[in-house]
This record gives sequence, C-alpha cells and structure tokens, in this order.
Amino acid sequence: MPKKILISGNEAIAEAAVQAGCRFYAGYPITPQNEIPAYMAQRMPQVAGVFIQAESELAAVNMVFGASAAGARAMTSSSSPGMSLKQEGISYIAGAELPAVIVNIMRGGPGLGNIAPAQSDYFQATRSGGHGDYRCIVLAPYSVPEAYTLTALAFDLADKYRLPAIILGDGILGQMMEPLEVKRIKIKNYPKPWALTGCKNRKAQVVKSFYLKEGTLEKFNLGLQQKYRRIHEKEQRCETLFLDDARIILVAYGTMARIAKSLVIDLRRQGQKIGLIRPVSLWPFPDKIFQSLSRSRKNLRFLVIEMSYGQMLEDVRLTLDGKFPVAFLGRGGGGVPTEKEIINKIKKLK
Amino acid sequence: MNKIYSHPRSLRDISTHYCPGCGHGLAHRLVAEVVDELDIRERVIGIAPVGCAVVAYDYWDFDCCEAAHGRALAVATAIKKVRPDNIIFTYQGDGDLAAIGTNETIHAANRGENLTVIFVNNAVYGMTGGQMAPTTLIGQKTATTLDGRRPDLHGYPLKISEMLAQLPAVKSVQRVSLHSPQEIFKTKAAIKAAFQNQINGAGFSLVEILSSCPTYWGLNPKAALDWIKDVMAKEFPLGKIK
Repeated sequence: MPKKILISGNEAIAEAAVQAGCRFYAGYPITPQNEIPAYMAQRMPQVAGVFIQAESELAAVNMVFGASAAGARAMTSSSSPGMSLKQEGISYIAGAELPAVIVNIMRGGPGLGNIAPAQSDYFQATRSGGHGDYRCIVLAPYSVPEAYTLTALAFDLADKYRLPAIILGDGILGQMMEPLEVKRIKIKNYPKPWALTGCKNRKAQVVKSFYLKEGTLEKFNLGLQQKYRRIHEKEQRCETLFLDDARIILVAYGTMARIAKSLVIDLRRQGQKIGLIRPVSLWPFPDKIFQSLSRSRKNLRFLVIEMSYGQMLEDVRLTLDGKFPVAFLGRGGGGVPTEKEIINKIKKLK
Repeated sequence: MNKIYSHPRSLRDISTHYCPGCGHGLAHRLVAEVVDELDIRERVIGIAPVGCAVVAYDYWDFDCCEAAHGRALAVATAIKKVRPDNIIFTYQGDGDLAAIGTNETIHAANRGENLTVIFVNNAVYGMTGGQMAPTTLIGQKTATTLDGRRPDLHGYPLKISEMLAQLPAVKSVQRVSLHSPQEIFKTKAAIKAAFQNQINGAGFSLVEILSSCPTYWGLNPKAALDWIKDVMAKEFPLGKIK
C-alpha cells in the first residue's frame, strides 16, 4: 500500500508538480504560499530540474514563459497581489500559446489586503486577468489530496491545449495539513514541435504573440476562441450531491465548498431537501449541470456561498439566466462564512 | 578564387522596416555574421525585444523568442537553464533594457547568467515616436522633452553599462559604436567576444552599441553618425568597461 504522509496543501501542489514532470519553477516570496518555493528549492535539484528565486513576480512569470518556450514543463506560484503583477506574463503565455501552470493561493484584498484566506480573485482568474481576449483553465481544489490531483491535471491540460492553467486555492487550503497518498502520476508526453531548441535539422522558428499585419491577429484570435470553445465543451468538472430531489442547492468552490459540503450532509441527515454543486473547474465554468437542471426542474432555489462579495455568483446567474432565484452569502477580507451563517441564510430562503 | 565575403546564412535576404540610416540593420547583420563565423546557427536562440527591433526574428534565420517589454533577460535566463547547450542572447534597446527592464537586467547580470546581451543605445524610444529614453542626453530634444532633457526634471543619462560592470558576477562589458567602418569592425569583434564568452561558459557579457536614429534625432544619416562621434560618445565613452 502506498504510504500516506501528512502534508500541507502548498507542499502537495509542489510535490504534484514534481510528479507531473515539472522541471522548472520560478517564484517570488509572498505569504501564504511560501511553502511552494521552499519545497521546490529542495525538490527541483533532486530531479535535475531548475529552481530560481526570481527578483520579482514579473521576472518569475516571464522565466516560466521562457522555460515553456524551450519545451520544459514549468510552474510559478504566488498569492493575490503577486498574481496581479503576473498578469502581463500570463497574457503573453496565452498569446504565445505556451503551456504553463500558475498557482494562486489567494489572500484578502484589494491592495496589500492581508494574509488571511479569501476567494476574491475569481474574476481575475476566470476572465482575462491581463490584457487581451484570452482564457486560462482554472481548477479549484477543496482538499489537500485534490490539490495534488488537480495540479497534475493542470499540467496535462496546459500541455494538451497550450495555455496557462491556474490552480486557484486560498490561504486555508495552502496552509492546511491533511493525509495524502503520494501516488505516482502517469505523465502523458505531448509532442512540442513548436519548442525552441535551435534550428538543427529544421527551419528556424519563433515563439511570439505579435501579429502586426492587418487581419493576422484577428485570425489568430479566432483560432484561440475555437480552442476555448473546445475546452468549454470538454473540460467542465464539478462535484454534485443530492441534486435529484434537492429543493435548495448550495453552490461553492474550494475551501468554501468544504464547509458547504459537510453542512449539506448534516442537513440531509436532518431530512432537509438540500443539495450541492461544487465547481471544480471555474473556467470552463460547469454550466452544463446548471442547464440540465434548468431544463428538467421547477421551483429550485440556489444559494451561492463565497469568501468574496459575489464573483462566482455572476457565473451562476449568467448560467441560470433568470430561470431560478439565486441568493448569495459572502464574506471578504479574510472572513469565512460560518455554518451558522449559512443555516440562517437557508432559513430565510424558505 | 577564394570567396571572402557573402550574405550571412543567419540573415534572411529581405529588406527591413528600419528607417534610412538606422543602426539596427547593421547590428542585426553583425550578430548574424558572428553566429555564422562561430558556427552556432543551429544552437543559437535569440530573444527579440519590444521596440524598433521587435520583429528582429523576421530578419534572423535562427530560432527566436519574443519577450514582453523589458523581460528579455528573464526569458533568456530560463531558456539557458532549460537548454544549457544552446547559445542564448538578448537584443534590447535602451528603453527595454535600462528603463522598463532595469530590474531583470541587473538581476540576470548579478546572478552571472551565462548569456550574451546586445544592448542597442540610440538615446530615444524609436518605435513609439521618439520619446525620452533613460539614455537621452542632457539637452536632447525628444517628443517628451520638448526643450531638451533637463537634469533637474529628468535626471541624467543612465549609464547602465558602468553600473553593471560593478557587479562581481559580470564577466565583460564593452561599449562600441556604429558611426564609422573602423568602429563597426570593433563592434563585430566585441559581439564575437561576448558570444565566445558564453561558449566558454565564462558568464554574463554585455555589448552596448551606440546606434543612430536619424528620424528622432532630426538629423540626416551622415549627421547622425557624426553626432554619435562628437556628442554621444563623449557622454558614453567607447571601450572596454570591464
């Protein structure tokens, strides 16, 4: 039997990256994700990989751009203020169609905010956080073991679709320790004929995101949009509980979903017709499950719960398109909605 | 009969978008000649900047990578770490290397990354319309210093090469110019030495090239070359700095 170890979410993400074939990491210190660079500083040399403590978040993400252009599986990590700085590089990675994994262990904002857990970067992650019309795949683990599997998945999807994939966690997930079975990850190797290796035995090639000639950028963008539609169709992920007969459905992701899930199980035991949708992929947002409920059900109520003032809420409302009432409970700035607050909110829905 | 000169294999035989009298075309060619002479065309990966030379990869016939404005040395650092057997160089202007990218420049140099840096200093932002650069001379009129650069308002021309030469991990820093055939030969020799350093694993080498921008200096091409010799090279002395 594979042994179980007690490990923090941050370290589980880092180990998953190593197991998934990540051989380049660059990062800059920022709380609450510092365990990731510390772990990588130790692990990368052990696997003949590269660890760089960069001089800035900008340098770190642009190093990932370079490493990926050279064909390596590459990752950087940060927390909210640092993610704002990385947006330039993420836009270039998206524009050059390079694979990369970027971890955001969110903290309270805006500005320097605080170092308490938050989910207030949902918009930044799921929309184009930087300039230009692009998307990143965004995966939101709700436990340490899931942080491990989703990080590995992020590397696979980034290579498969050639885009940045974001692991969106929060300070609780990053710091929390849980038992983890360190499973070996099967790595699918995607050919990278576009990688810069020197032009031996082939024509010279360029990695770029620049399309100056009239019409060329629009054409490129249409190709990106086609790719995004394919991802939207194929890569939706969510966990659902008790949807069959639920009258009220809670919607939450990440740490917030951990709290919501245990509450839903408790309330079920008490006989309440309550269910849960936990989006695991935030982009693509798992709209199919909402749409199927829209088609098949009547008189449902939704309650979106977030550690923010209502960001994923917009996706739920957009997806349901007015078909069902959607209520919201959220706290920000390090506040985490409690079970009691959720129960009170549910009572008001009835 | 011996063939003593031909078009460099590493330079595509097409015309460039550069203005008449611009130094970039020359600098591109010198890089291409050096790459050919060192027989590293199949190993070299160039990092193109943002600025007038943004499409340098359209002119060079070897692998190239884009970098965001100022980030060329971060990109180059990573490519070299991932592919240590390749020869990696950046080609950057003054705004790219010494303003928006100063941080990346200083830290790549301070880490002693085994890279070659071609730094083209023409004392203005060309691509965007001739604004003040960190290297703009005192009194020099630009789109954003209409009455000339003033030290009390804009500070002094930034001598980034001299700053970098202070760093212990920097192997070599040389300032050269394109204002005459003799200087062009010296420039080529400096570029070659900087590549040779990397091939030998010697570490961070930078060549600063004083290059003309007749368009935004408001001079004809010949007068622009004279201005490098008579004015610019007084502020930025030529020679080996380290």
